[in-house]
Amino acid sequence: MTGLRHLLSAADLDHAGAIAVLDTAAQMAATQSREIKKLPTLRGRTVVNLFFEDSTRTRISFEAAAKRLSADVINFSAKGSSVSKGESLKDTALTLQAMGADAVVIRHHASGAPHRLAHAGWVDAAVVNAGDGTHQHPTQALLDAFTLRRHLAGGSDNPDGVGLDLAGTHVAIVGDVLHSRVARSNVLLLHTLGARVTLVAPPTLVPVGVEAWPCAVSYDLDGVITDQQPDAVMMLRVQRERMGAGGGAASGATSFFPSPLEYTRTFGLDARRLRMLPDHAIVLHPGPMNRGLEISADAADSDRSVIVEQVSNGVAVRMAVLYLLLAGEREGWS
Amino acid sequence: MTTHLLRGASPLGGAATDVLLADGRVAALGADARSGADAGTVTVDADGLVLLPGLVDLHTHLREPGREDAETVRSGTRAAAAGGFTAVHAMANTSPVADTAGVVEQVWRLGRDAGWVDVFPVGAVSVGLAGTQLAELGAMAHSAARVRVFSDDGQCVHDPVLMRRALEYVKAFDGVIAQHAQEPRLTVGAQMHEGAVSAEVGLAGWPAVAEEAIIARDVLLAEHVGSRLHVCHLSTAGSVEIVRWAKARGIAVTAEVTPHHLLLTDELARTYDPLYKVNPPLRTAEDVEALREALADGTIDIVATDHAPHTREDKDCEWAAAAFGMTGLETALPIVATTLVETGRMTWADVARVLSSAPARIGRVDTGPTPQGRPVAVGEPANLTLVDPAARWTVEPRQLRSASTNTPYGGRELSGRVVATFLRGRPTVLDGAPVDTDLDGTDPR
Ligand SMILES: [Zn+2]
Repeated sequence: MTGLRHLLSAADLDHAGAIAVLDTAAQMAATQSREIKKLPTLRGRTVVNLFFEDSTRTRISFEAAAKRLSADVINFSAKGSSVSKGESLKDTALTLQAMGADAVVIRHHASGAPHRLAHAGWVDAAVVNAGDGTHQHPTQALLDAFTLRRHLAGGSDNPDGVGLDLAGTHVAIVGDVLHSRVARSNVLLLHTLGARVTLVAPPTLVPVGVEAWPCAVSYDLDGVITDQQPDAVMMLRVQRERMGAGGGAASGATSFFPSPLEYTRTFGLDARRLRMLPDHAIVLHPGPMNRGLEISADAADSDRSVIVEQVSNGVAVRMAVLYLLLAGEREGWS
Repeated sequence: MTTHLLRGASPLGGAATDVLLADGRVAALGADARSGADAGTVTVDADGLVLLPGLVDLHTHLREPGREDAETVRSGTRAAAAGGFTAVHAMANTSPVADTAGVVEQVWRLGRDAGWVDVFPVGAVSVGLAGTQLAELGAMAHSAARVRVFSDDGQCVHDPVLMRRALEYVKAFDGVIAQHAQEPRLTVGAQMHEGAVSAEVGLAGWPAVAEEAIIARDVLLAEHVGSRLHVCHLSTAGSVEIVRWAKARGIAVTAEVTPHHLLLTDELARTYDPLYKVNPPLRTAEDVEALREALADGTIDIVATDHAPHTREDKDCEWAAAAFGMTGLETALPIVATTLVETGRMTWADVARVLSSAPARIGRVDTGPTPQGRPVAVGEPANLTLVDPAARWTVEPRQLRSASTNTPYGGRELSGRVVATFLRGRPTVLDGAPVDTDLDGTDPR
């Protein structure tokens, strides 16, 4: 089986490919508990972090992953530079090509920008999508799946759930689905791994066309928690510009819900809803959180919250992705 | 002037005959044509070729003045001739906007001097396409350009009062308002058709209702004030239903569809290739089928290209940053042939109607100093196109004549090819190629 050239979407991974990434990530995580964390695997290879959009947490996660594999890392922050107006994605790509990049990790505000970078013939490098517009964020979905697998599939003899998928688990993804690349990636990957997904959001924050997605949709968070007892709840960040009066609708755009208070009352995860969840259920959030809006401090800091662990798992998953893309062919990558 | 004898041509796909072109007119048909030819007559072998009235485009962006890097009147009309056209209506969204008699006369003169096709400028409805104040519609109508079609195309005339006034005002000179139907608030930031594909690929949706709501409002306004309304580039099944209803009610509405909306769907957005980014967006397969059916049954009156050339830098980028639009003059007739004639849903006589006589009638250029869209008959102006219906060819973007290469059909095989075009008896295209110098070696333009 030939190796995957790029990771642009969670849809690029079939069941075997997804398991291979998660199992590789488990190996990578094991090395990270050692005293010397660095592996020589990607010595001499160059990984470029090309960020057209601010995301310090994602950039440092990829940077740590590449460095622990001994790759050379170049950070190219394009936001606010010539790129935003004059210099095109194409010219930036040609520059990276001339620099001999082996992999380009790209974060871009435009959906499909990584796809263009990979397929327009501008660069030879492997392209990793680190979040594009409202499209995809596949490594986020992988780290979420890794975290879910550890808590919901693994046992005492196999704490990371190596070799296992997420069959039989039910994950509720709550919040701004319409604008969320995290939701799109998770729906695809969790479905591939056999999990059942329910999206929960006000109807204004669910995209027209969602009927084609392999998941259920509900407008009733209390109903989902009470009646379906999900094994995990993933809270999505609600951006300020989606809010109503007082929330900063400075753009003049019509808000997607009446007020932050009404949103929190209806779709926020607070102590009461936390208590309604089954005992084994865990709480995820891709960060950064709006405490008091989509998630209360009680929920964010509770012992069910795996939000801090998601961050460390992110490094292991990104190590696995870079390793599998750059260190040659691996089984299960379609 | 050189006379031409078209040997064995099939007018509107009917029985083969000979056609003599002399003094800018169809001089004779059949045996009279052969006997009317003399030693100086140039014979064109038209055996197996369909003879159509020269095509008339009601919706062309020639980009001049202002964006001569994408297209000029000369390059765009040369491409038009290559596509079988003898007339195009040049849209008003140039820089400066064609909202005064001065600008429309400039475009009209550029077209006349280029000599490839008749250029009929479209006048803007509102000053600067800003949608607030009526442009000097009367001055444009009474200028040398004789403007009859008014449009803010690229923008929707969304203010209902301005739309009503425009519809009423142009009655004085039998004008028509050609509406780009797009409710602006429902399409802020819109990138592609809103549906299953947009939900998946994460591009902001352009909902069908944003088009349909404006068309519904406008047909009611047109009925109320008794005016003519033309709907540009109708793209959804729902729009077809509204136009069908309006026509049944006797409202004076006409509608156009573009070749790309007859062929391509929103699935192409999955490539994120901005060649497929267009406004209104590519819709679903169900919409495509509804549009084909409506064109065949006459609910949609015409095919218009919405030829929209763009420079490479406006397309060689990420989807959201790219310009809307695709070229279409040289592929319009082949797409109609491929999607509707080859499938048996339309005849060549229907093609002549939707690509020549009906658009000429809507634009009121079927009469006047340079009539277009006339029947293939003795005494009529010799604006003619010869088409090889059996030719199959593969679109090669760099071989097309537009100054821009943003065709979405590169590599696609199409049926039907323009072999020759005549503008008032003078060949602008022969053997499938533009005639860049006259037959006696002088530049006719
Ligand atoms: Zn338009």
